[in-house]
Amino acid sequence: MDNYPALIVIAPLLAALLAGLAVWIKERLSYPIALMGLAVSTFSAFKVLMQVIDSGTIQYKMAGWTPPMGIEYRIDLLNAMVLLLVSSIAFLNLLASYKSVEIETNDRAGSFYTIYLLFVTGLLGVTATGDLFNLYVLIEITSLTSYAMVALGDRDRGPLASLNYVFIGVIGASFYLLGVGYLYLKTGSLNMLDVANILSGIHGSSTVLVAFILMMIGIWIKMALFPMHVWLPNAYTYSPVAFARIVAPLMTKVMVYVMIRLLITVFGFDYVFETLNLADAVVWLATIAVLAGGVMALSQKNLKKMLTYIIVCEIGYMVGGAWLGNQLGMTGAILHILNDALMTFALFLAVGNMVYKLKTVDLIDLKGLFGKMPWTMAGFVLAAFSIIGVPPTCGFFSKWYLILGAFEAGAYHFAGALIISSLICAVLFFKVFEICFFEPMPEEHGHVDSHSHVIIEEAPVSMLIVSGFVSLSLIVVGLYSGTIVNTIILPFLK
Amino acid sequence: METIISIKPLLAVLVSLFVIPVLISSSGKPNVRESWIFVAGAIKLILVLSMLPVILEGKQIALTLFEFAPGAAIAFRVDGLGMLFAIVAASLYIVTSVYSIGYMRGLDEHGQTRFVSFFALAISATIGAAFSANLLTLYLFYEILSLATYPLVAHHQDKKSRISGRRYLTFILGTSIALVLPAMIYCYHVTGTLEFSTAGIFSDQLSKPAATVLLLMFVFGFAKAGIMPFHSWLPAAMVAPTPVSALLHAVAVVKVGVFSIVRVMTGIFGVDLLSNFNLGVVVMSIASVTILVGSCIALSQDELKRRLAYSTISQLSYIIFGVALLSPQGLLGGVIHIVMHAFGKITLFFCAGAIYVATGKKYISQMSGLGKKMPFTFAAFFIGALGVIGLPPSGGFYSKWNLILGTLEAQQTIFMVVLLVSSFLNAFYFLPIVYKGFFGKSEEEDDNVPVKIQEANLCLVIPLMITAVISIVLFFYPTVFVNLIKVGLGI
Repeated sequence: MDNYPALIVIAPLLAALLAGLAVWIKERLSYPIALMGLAVSTFSAFKVLMQVIDSGTIQYKMAGWTPPMGIEYRIDLLNAMVLLLVSSIAFLNLLASYKSVEIETNDRAGSFYTIYLLFVTGLLGVTATGDLFNLYVLIEITSLTSYAMVALGDRDRGPLASLNYVFIGVIGASFYLLGVGYLYLKTGSLNMLDVANILSGIHGSSTVLVAFILMMIGIWIKMALFPMHVWLPNAYTYSPVAFARIVAPLMTKVMVYVMIRLLITVFGFDYVFETLNLADAVVWLATIAVLAGGVMALSQKNLKKMLTYIIVCEIGYMVGGAWLGNQLGMTGAILHILNDALMTFALFLAVGNMVYKLKTVDLIDLKGLFGKMPWTMAGFVLAAFSIIGVPPTCGFFSKWYLILGAFEAGAYHFAGALIISSLICAVLFFKVFEICFFEPMPEEHGHVDSHSHVIIEEAPVSMLIVSGFVSLSLIVVGLYSGTIVNTIILPFLK
Repeated sequence: METIISIKPLLAVLVSLFVIPVLISSSGKPNVRESWIFVAGAIKLILVLSMLPVILEGKQIALTLFEFAPGAAIAFRVDGLGMLFAIVAASLYIVTSVYSIGYMRGLDEHGQTRFVSFFALAISATIGAAFSANLLTLYLFYEILSLATYPLVAHHQDKKSRISGRRYLTFILGTSIALVLPAMIYCYHVTGTLEFSTAGIFSDQLSKPAATVLLLMFVFGFAKAGIMPFHSWLPAAMVAPTPVSALLHAVAVVKVGVFSIVRVMTGIFGVDLLSNFNLGVVVMSIASVTILVGSCIALSQDELKRRLAYSTISQLSYIIFGVALLSPQGLLGGVIHIVMHAFGKITLFFCAGAIYVATGKKYISQMSGLGKKMPFTFAAFFIGALGVIGLPPSGGFYSKWNLILGTLEAQQTIFMVVLLVSSFLNAFYFLPIVYKGFFGKSEEEDDNVPVKIQEANLCLVIPLMITAVISIVLFFYPTVFVNLIKVGLGI
């Protein structure tokens, strides 16, 4: 079937509409509908990836309209990989979410699934599209749905965090849209390939320069690159945990994908790294982002919030890697999109399990957790090792490419920042482990607490299985990094 | 050189890993659990030994698992050096397992399943490090070992072990990320490979200052080797139960550190490059400082395990010292000290643990007269001490003899003095313990009542007798290990 590319996006969209309708008929139906939609989407994404690996880039014209007039979905190795990543994480997260959604948003479960699916549709669309304006529309779909989701979360602080997010998000979107406007002014086209062709003749144009800078700033705000990150920690901390688990690994990573797409496909390596003289400054910015994210994470007292600052830090990894301007750095950045999404997902799954049992995850709530929730903690430990960059987890291998790229570009400050951030992450996580391992659980019913007689109280099996599966996948993906790089990333970069 | 492809190295690594789920599932039945440990330990040792004849013939056994970039793979290659280390670790693991049953049950420790599981993981990582074909694989197992031993060090879960565990990780994980990782990636950046080879991987890409900085990053970065100033994790790690101190902090963990440095010096830089740049002397000076200062600090320690720890710090540097001589005799003496020190020091730790289980005594000042109660333990302690000091008839003599010949061969007579002074210091801090143990008087002793023999239980005494006997046997028959070194380093 040739319509898999469309199916990836349309299946969750259709499911969202059905799930929304189901609220009026029978609310319990919305969960299986959502699950079906994402299962179809994941399967299609897998098919498409295989097809792209076998026979190269797929161009899919929506409703048969040809570009530059119609909207084109252009799927090459890079976005085929990201599509599979997004759809499978969305699917797995939904599998694990049934119980926690029931608890956190029990009266609004139907609307939760609807918004969830729309959010995923947006992300998938952003990844698949080959059209600059369409990209804007889809980014706004993901943003609007996440504003709503954040507001659904913590009843006290959720709305404020959401409002903050709205303000900054709108500013970011405006920057991007303005940039697209300039570009359209100059080229008269919105199709990425078309624009790229026209641009290659007018590298010196200052309009193009302004467009480029506006679009980059817009995307950086959306991906929370330091110092444009302020909206992220609160928004992710106070959203419902089932949503935090998907927005944290995916939203920022898809934005990094958009940045790489703009750099490589639309503006082109020649323009960005030879005509412009910005790369050094951006790598410095990324270096600061890495360090600042780490330092801010150190001062957090809430586990969820600590993790959100780690995301800020990891964004610096990918931006820096992409802007090193060599193949190794770019390989590292792309590989890190995959790896970071997986390890952030694994971390948030474990946190979701903790929230399910403990309600709050301030660091002091975690006492004795190794005894109480050994399986959850095992998953958490693996994910943490991956963030620190312990081989053979996948985090090590992307860091390897990033540092290698930094050496090749002579950006020793960036390499240094990566090493320091590994150390900071080690401190962060072992601080958590120490609390979970050494401090006995608070005595609840007056009985004496000792390490040897701890009753295991784990999260539901469905959550544990997903969490364990994703954590183990960190090792598997790590061991097969070579295969991923050789079949997907290197052919793409050539 | 002939290379045989075989899955055996992988199996030898994995066997303890696969037994962990079994250990966890039989946590309610200690006897079943412990028998599984022996099954796995025995299979591991048999697998290791089955490769020995091939290695002695001068062949190598290799297996590549995952190649993730050209020249950087997760791969095994068994050569003489790795074989030597694997035999020591795998055989002592079995002995330590016996000991650990006696120790953990004797003290009724909590969390025994967790303890044996992480122990198995640690020994897997040790064998993996021994069989690593390149620096990347070595780094991988090095890190796994650091992390697997953390719960063992922090086993008691009290405030003291928390502080010690933190220091342990700060030094070991911190240095490996901050120093070894960038140095390794830089090596790969310059040469495009990390594969060990006796000629080294650099041709002429490195200037002398760059080579010096890189070498120092490795020497200090592999902090498990306890080179000063990155040594203080080792005395801190003595809060762990004694089987951990014995196998991991006298043999497996610390020697993985030393082994890594030896591998980097002989396999990454290569002896030729080091002697061209005259870098041996730099490393030797660093090692000498550690040897002397470590011995001096050991003199002042009253807690037996801490004295042993400082002695270990100083002895580990002997190995690095020997390799840094860069002469055949020095290399031989240094590397074979891995074996000799292992058997000597583990005996001493076993004795310390046995004394603690039988009497509850940790401090040397409490131990006078104890030799009459525990004659076997103290006799073994004496033999172990001879091994560490380097006196006949113990294996330690053989390594020290070669080290001294090595200094002469390399014409570094000043450094010979370091060895001699250190030997005197070793004698000073060990022999009085034995002397007072047998001939001193304890406070509660009554002259009229003959002293009864009150040894610790058999699970504790038999292992320490075994290692003491092997320590003597090695004096007479070091041939296998000598041949392994000759094959491994091509000397």
